[in-house]
Amino acid sequence: MNGGAMLEVEGLVTFYGRAQILFDLALEVAEGEVLVLMGRNGAGKSTTLKSIMGLVRPAAGSVRFRGRELTGLPPFRIARSGVGYVPEERRIFAELTVEENLEVGRREAPPGKEPWTPSRLYALFPNLAELRRRRADRISGGEQQMLAIARTLMGNPELLLLDEPSEGLAPVIVDQMVAALTGLRQHGVSILLSEQNLHFAGRIAERACIIEKGQIRWRGTMQALLADEEVRRAYLSV
Amino acid sequence: MDPGFFVVQFLNGLATASFLFMASAGLTIVFGVTRIVNFAHGSFYMLGAYLAYTLAGIFMDAAYGAMSFWGAIFLAAVIVGLLGILLELVVLRRIYDAPELFQLLATFAVVLIVQDLVRMTWGGEDLLGPRAPGLKSFVLVAGRRFPEYELAMIFAGPLVLGALWLLFHRTRFGVLVRAATLDREMVGALGVNQALLFTGVLFLGAFLAGLAGALQLPREPANPYMDVNIIVEAFVVTVIGGMGSVTGAFLAALLIGELQAFGILVFPKITLVLAFLVMAVVLIVRPYGLLGRPQAESHGAARAGAGLAAGTPLQRGFWLALLALLLVLPLFADEYSLKLMIELLIFGLFAFSLNFIMGWGGIVSFGHAAYFGLGAYGAALLVHHFAWPMEGALLAAPLVAGTAALVFGALCVRLSGVYLAMLTLAFAQIVYAVAFQWVEFTGGDNGLIGIWPASWAASRTVYYYLTLAVSLAGIGLLWRFLYAPFGYSSRAVRDSAIRADAIGIDPRYQRWLAFTVSGIAAGLGGGLYVFSKGNIDPEVLAIPTSVDALTMVLIGGVETVTGPLAGAALLTLLKDFVMPLTLYWKMVMGVLILGMVLAFPKGLVGILADRLPALQARPAERERPA
Repeated sequence: MNGGAMLEVEGLVTFYGRAQILFDLALEVAEGEVLVLMGRNGAGKSTTLKSIMGLVRPAAGSVRFRGRELTGLPPFRIARSGVGYVPEERRIFAELTVEENLEVGRREAPPGKEPWTPSRLYALFPNLAELRRRRADRISGGEQQMLAIARTLMGNPELLLLDEPSEGLAPVIVDQMVAALTGLRQHGVSILLSEQNLHFAGRIAERACIIEKGQIRWRGTMQALLADEEVRRAYLSV
Repeated sequence: MDPGFFVVQFLNGLATASFLFMASAGLTIVFGVTRIVNFAHGSFYMLGAYLAYTLAGIFMDAAYGAMSFWGAIFLAAVIVGLLGILLELVVLRRIYDAPELFQLLATFAVVLIVQDLVRMTWGGEDLLGPRAPGLKSFVLVAGRRFPEYELAMIFAGPLVLGALWLLFHRTRFGVLVRAATLDREMVGALGVNQALLFTGVLFLGAFLAGLAGALQLPREPANPYMDVNIIVEAFVVTVIGGMGSVTGAFLAALLIGELQAFGILVFPKITLVLAFLVMAVVLIVRPYGLLGRPQAESHGAARAGAGLAAGTPLQRGFWLALLALLLVLPLFADEYSLKLMIELLIFGLFAFSLNFIMGWGGIVSFGHAAYFGLGAYGAALLVHHFAWPMEGALLAAPLVAGTAALVFGALCVRLSGVYLAMLTLAFAQIVYAVAFQWVEFTGGDNGLIGIWPASWAASRTVYYYLTLAVSLAGIGLLWRFLYAPFGYSSRAVRDSAIRADAIGIDPRYQRWLAFTVSGIAAGLGGGLYVFSKGNIDPEVLAIPTSVDALTMVLIGGVETVTGPLAGAALLTLLKDFVMPLTLYWKMVMGVLILGMVLAFPKGLVGILADRLPALQARPAERERPA
């Protein structure tokens, strides 16, 4: 870890209607790190990210980013404070071109930081460069996933919430994704990643949290997780 | 006929299309982004016309010329655009999270308010605007005269379409608007302030409506009815085109404009109904309009609508006391109060029948007047043409309405959401047009008179008891349906058609049955209505009747059992109380409705139930064995 905690989540409680999804969940992401949130389907991974982003309103708990309280703010305020969100379903704007999708995400960079531009993003995701005039529903699923990430980066976030980016991607695309995300780290973007794919997570993340039934049950380094078969069997195997 | 005539008819069609498109473009843009069906769009159009009238008067007095005229038109549109911002800030912003029907009711309240404001400011007379300097003459087209202004307007529509295309594809604002039309939550998660975006969109929508109204001025005078007339046409164009699609609206406007220009030659009476016929056909073939797409599934948790609780002893006591009061009412009530009570009971049944499909079946009908009115007309026609006795006619009323509901319902329930609502409206308007135009059979505009109860029921008191018995029987039957397995299936389909389907309920069939039952009950109310009034005219089938029913349900409380009854009582009594007090009763009603929507988004009974937990029983739904 380098630097203090960038994102601090404490005592998060979230409901969908009457069903409680998160129970007193706590986690921290340090400056510059990649933390992976692992867990089975329905464990609460996506809900955790949505609660941080303000897309679902937590019933209790707090989310602080660089010491600033985010709880209760509308999503656009949270995005403007430096948190970027890439949803699991990607939610690209199907009838807009690749370039226009990027435009929707564009915001000023914080002072002193070099802003992301389409051309810098095309360097990071080479596939997108040729597709810039293509409608976003006419590109492959992997390309859509990259577009979703690139679109969020256009807002120059300092922390990226990535919800299962490897889901449903072909192995060759997964390799490209790993390369791109590794590249991102070098640009100083911290990442909170939700994942079910241990192999993919192992190639990117340094630390892992395991979530089950809406609570963090295990936390440690990625190496420790890869070494600990018992933990994996208890919380991750299907 | 010579070919020149066809050319001129074709050009007329193009001009009509151009105006229809300009009047609808703003509506479809606003709906696309905010998902609000904005009735007040018609008010913006009307205000555009009136403001242009006043401004053109001032400017052209100062300096007569083209600059003054076009300057007045443009300024009028800008002012209307600013009023759109006002609407967004004061009303819409508070209700973005409310159910879409409340938004609709709120914008309808704005329509009522603006109608009276216009009447106060400009009076009720038709105001003919100045003609456009430089475009007052005719050109010769294929040997026939064609007005220059119309010719210019043919180009205005495509010009607006082009300008909108540039706006949406060449500016950041436009790209954001298109993105928000597709997934506005995601746009917010990317850091865009939706509130500002919505304000901008309301300006654009209102500006376009104002522009269309102002440009219309040299053709037809400004009048206080143009808001409702245009909003209906604009809805039709928007729905045919596919809600949210500007290009679709353009195509739809062309289709309607040309069909109207030539349809009138084949069948002169078709104008009133043609647009609705086209809409019905398009929606049957393409359930989301020409260029529309299915509304995006919400990304949140599945919606769970209200369930039903068994009554508490307290509630039962209340109902028994109310019933006792209704039974002894004639002992001390005067003639007028009894007349009012008869109306109240009938509208109670009518509103209850609407909520039967709306609150408990998830089918929103904008055209429930069709079934109420068909019941009324069915009874009246049988009495008038075939000399049926009252008893037979009263029995036939629900059958006539039910048959229509069976036929229309079969087509409507294939759709969902706003499209379904618009198809119900289309059918209601078709029925209205038939009643209005088939003068020999229905009496046309004048309607039918002398439809009185049988001699034994002629006294007000007896008719009151008859109405009480019949309407309570109707309400009781529907009530029974709600608590029966039928009601459980309806609620299952309302909350999730897919899941209901998976457990063996055919969603369409269920909705179809509910729609028909509701139509039967509304028809029964219509039958009672016609004998209580003694006459009938097409107004009973018109949009305000449907809107009244919606208002009753909404202010009483959707998804409450008794809400529609409370709403019917409240609206009937309010109208009775407010109308004699002031010429501007519409404004008073509008303010009251708007206040209620903003203060009690759950309706009156919903609020009561929340405030008084004692009234709420244990949820019976959960304790029933499956």
